[in-house]
Amino acid sequence: MITAQRSSSGSSHSPRSPSSQPYLSISVTDPVKLGNGVQAYISYRVITKTNFPEYQGPEKIVIRRYSDFVWLRDRLFEKYKGVFIPPLPEKSAVEKFRFSAEFIELRRQALDVFVNRIALHHELQQSEDLRTFLQADEETMERLRSQETGIFKKKPADLMQIFKEVQTKVSDVVLGKEKPVEESNPEYEKLKNYIFELENHLSEAQKHAYRLVKRHRELGQSLSDFGKAVKLLGACEGDALGKAFSDLGAKAETLSVRLQKEAHQLLMNFEEPLKDYVRAVQSIKATIAERANAFRHQCELAETIKLKEINLDKLMLTRSDKVGEAELEYRELKLESEEATRRFENIVRLMNEEMVRFQDQKTLDMGIAFHEFAKGQARLANNIADAWRSLLPKLEACSS
Amino acid sequence: MMGSENLDSEEAHMYASREEMENLVLDEPSNNNNGTKSFSDYRSAMSSLADTHHPLSSPMAEPADSDPLLTPPPFRDFRNPNVATDNSSYIEPPSYSDVIFSPFDENAVNEINGVDSPGRSSDSSGFLSKSTSSSSDYVKITVSNPQKEQETSNSLVPGGNTYVTYLITTRTNIPGHNGSEFSVRRRFKDVVTLSDRLAESYRGFFIPPRPDKNVVESQVMQKQEFVEQRRVALEKYLRRLAGHPVIRKSDELKVFLQVQGKLPLPTSTDVASRMLDGAVKLPKQLFGESVAVAPHEVVQPAKGGRDLLRIFKELKQSMANDWGGSKPPVVEEDKEFLKKKERMHDLEQQLSNASQQAESLVKAQQDMGETMGELGLAFIKLTKFENEEAIFNSQRARAADMKNVATAAVKASRFYRELNAQTVKHLDTLHEYLGLMLSVHGAFSDRSSALLTVQTLISELSSLHLRAEKLEAASSKIFGGDRSRIRKIEELKETIRVTEDAKHVATGEYERIKENNRNELERLGRERRADFLNMLKGFVLNQVECVWIDIRPSLVVVSAYRVGISWVTIKARTAVVIESQEAVRFAEVEEQLIPFQLESHYTRKEAEMLEADFKNLQIGVRHDVEGVEKEHMLTKQDEVLVAGVRGMRWDAVELPFQFRENLDGHCNALWRYAARYYIYEGDMPFYEEDR
Repeated sequence: MITAQRSSSGSSHSPRSPSSQPYLSISVTDPVKLGNGVQAYISYRVITKTNFPEYQGPEKIVIRRYSDFVWLRDRLFEKYKGVFIPPLPEKSAVEKFRFSAEFIELRRQALDVFVNRIALHHELQQSEDLRTFLQADEETMERLRSQETGIFKKKPADLMQIFKEVQTKVSDVVLGKEKPVEESNPEYEKLKNYIFELENHLSEAQKHAYRLVKRHRELGQSLSDFGKAVKLLGACEGDALGKAFSDLGAKAETLSVRLQKEAHQLLMNFEEPLKDYVRAVQSIKATIAERANAFRHQCELAETIKLKEINLDKLMLTRSDKVGEAELEYRELKLESEEATRRFENIVRLMNEEMVRFQDQKTLDMGIAFHEFAKGQARLANNIADAWRSLLPKLEACSS
Repeated sequence: MMGSENLDSEEAHMYASREEMENLVLDEPSNNNNGTKSFSDYRSAMSSLADTHHPLSSPMAEPADSDPLLTPPPFRDFRNPNVATDNSSYIEPPSYSDVIFSPFDENAVNEINGVDSPGRSSDSSGFLSKSTSSSSDYVKITVSNPQKEQETSNSLVPGGNTYVTYLITTRTNIPGHNGSEFSVRRRFKDVVTLSDRLAESYRGFFIPPRPDKNVVESQVMQKQEFVEQRRVALEKYLRRLAGHPVIRKSDELKVFLQVQGKLPLPTSTDVASRMLDGAVKLPKQLFGESVAVAPHEVVQPAKGGRDLLRIFKELKQSMANDWGGSKPPVVEEDKEFLKKKERMHDLEQQLSNASQQAESLVKAQQDMGETMGELGLAFIKLTKFENEEAIFNSQRARAADMKNVATAAVKASRFYRELNAQTVKHLDTLHEYLGLMLSVHGAFSDRSSALLTVQTLISELSSLHLRAEKLEAASSKIFGGDRSRIRKIEELKETIRVTEDAKHVATGEYERIKENNRNELERLGRERRADFLNMLKGFVLNQVECVWIDIRPSLVVVSAYRVGISWVTIKARTAVVIESQEAVRFAEVEEQLIPFQLESHYTRKEAEMLEADFKNLQIGVRHDVEGVEKEHMLTKQDEVLVAGVRGMRWDAVELPFQFRENLDGHCNALWRYAARYYIYEGDMPFYEEDR
């Protein structure tokens, strides 16, 4: 499993030679279940190897849990507007009580991919929060986490977003505005459209992929049941025919094991990457929402400034005593507006960069996923054919 | 008695083919009765009046118990000859098979052929060979051409009842049939009759089970799919009957397959005739010979209201057996049989288990295929979308690869479907044998009911002896004797004699059934072995073949190749430094090619498929390699940004070329291999054009 994960996360970026270039590689390992019932959670060992001067040493091991990863994601999202923050595996209400081995492994792999993506992102890797996450001792981490999630109960970014959207929508309706201010850049519209469509398509593909995994399992299960039944039938028949039957049954059972294995491979190497990209697209959507927010903020400020300007002009003519105060206010606003514009432009610039990066990454990762899929299916088909073929001479011998 | 016999045989004739009656009667010198002609003339006249009269609906015409078909025909070669000779004095002297079949042999063939040739010629293409029939003699049966017909009699609402008849065409080379090819129209009811008759005449045999009577609305009955389903089931059933070594030669089947017009075999399921049947006999039982059972009756199982008294007696006997009070004089002594019965029971359970699992396997395979198809479609959609919306070149390149995988998945789903259909076909043997188990049960219960009859008769006999002894002892005390007592003793002795006879016959029947059971068990064992082996081989071959024809190994690997190759080209185009990883991937691809290299055991279909796939791959690779080539040429430019392969490992650049050469080699070899077949079989290859 480790090797599979290594190869996928290792090849999703071009590895650098460790000696000459700066490197930061992280691995998430050893999931351990702690606590009981609703309190239960999984802790992971996060191992960092780096030669970055900002870090305390070449190697550091910390223990982290899922909510720590969430903390990191939220912090990054707040600070790096416009950057597509790598997605986290989703929370699961059902698995919370079961923590099946497969779920744990899937999540571990996804978390590994998550931190490594951050570590490889040329901007995100410089983040102070990442350093904290990778190096702070457990108590500090817990304090930080509870600060964020404790009293103020910071909502996940997208929930917040929904809330904000509802708020603006309501206020828009109340104020009689037709619709919220939005960018009318056709290229950007196209991009947005693309992202939304992509999400639909990807999630459909992912759904089917997941079902395929399930089908593999079911087929494996019924093959093994069939094998057992045939074996029993063989035992009932006795002599050479019985032997043939039990051979067939045994083969069916071995194949079922193979199918189960293949199903697992499929889940890990094909379904999971697809799912990962569904999440990634969702994180892009969050960025899009941020951009819309920034744009709106900028517009609002511009509007206010206009009003202030008119006001100021009026004041200039009538009440000269208050001009100084108003002018101060105006200047502040102007600064703020400039800041907002800058922020928005920054987001736009970053997003454009990020889009290119995202497409490259997606092409690579999807290529790998498809390759794995094709390879797995080919391997499976070969195995099945070989297994059945090997049975043929026995049957021939039996019938002659 | 003779008169009624003759009447019966004539009746059979009449229903057999009314049109040919004249003909038949004239050419019937072998028939040993003078009255034949007049009777038949009279009958045919009658029949023209009451055209649709079914023999069953008119049981008053003749005493039902003298019908030759209700009593077992004693002249079967496979039966115990002793029994046959014993009974011959009692039961119908002329074998009705002689009466019915001999006239047809020469005369009727032409006429039948003449009448039915158009229908037959259209059906004859549908013949399938039944593997169980031996090569020397064969019976091939096709059921076709279902037709709706109106029930003209027996219905309260005129025209309210319709039924479906099927054309049953038979081809055979077994002597005794009139000709090698003939066809009749039969309805499902007739098949029920046939199976009931067979069940009565061939006790102890494993008679293939009849398709179920479906209790459905008449509207449903008219539905095309129902009719078709039933047609298939009937064909299967009749073929299985014809495959049975003994039943194949049975007169019932011959009559069923050959005799034109209404089926002359009376249905014993008909309630009215049943009741009348029983009623006719009841007085007889109550009068003179009430204590004794007619010897020819005991070979029949006591059921269906034929003989109420006997049923009662046998019930008593079975109660006595069950409650363990008296040990029956004849017990099932054949230990081996008991063991075999036990094994059969086991086998049945395993069979039902296996067939259930087979069903779920088939279901799982089907689901797999469906999901694979859906996945493929989803990918195709995704691909199309990516292609339309693509902003970057790399997206387009990948979209092409994805499309390959997607098409492969769709194709795979199609092959899954094919595989599934084949699997169903092969595993159907399990179901068939499960069905046959029913008839095995029937045969076993025949045996036990025959045993019960024997037991009943024996205990009855012993009680009679006891009474006779008592009477004798009583009469010997009174010297000089009592006339009435002597008469009673005489009567009792007569009864004893009759019962002895009956016992003898019943024992014979029991022995016969035992023998039949034994033979049938052996036959079943043999056939099962063969059939199961065939099934296993078919299943396995099918799995191998289908998986190999299945494009997954070929096309998906091909796609894998293309993914690999496209990868290199994408990398080259985007001038990303290619590390050894790519070389490794290529090596992997090469490795996967090994199993697809030429193997001598490819079938023609496999070779063809692989060849086609390799051709596609060849084209694809050529295209991709050209891309790399272009990059290659660009490398001569010193400009770093333009030089695609600059900084790449040399073997990574070289690999596609090597790969292409290897592939050309594979492809040519396959082509030659496939071509062998084409030349051999004299046709040209055909490729699907969906890539």
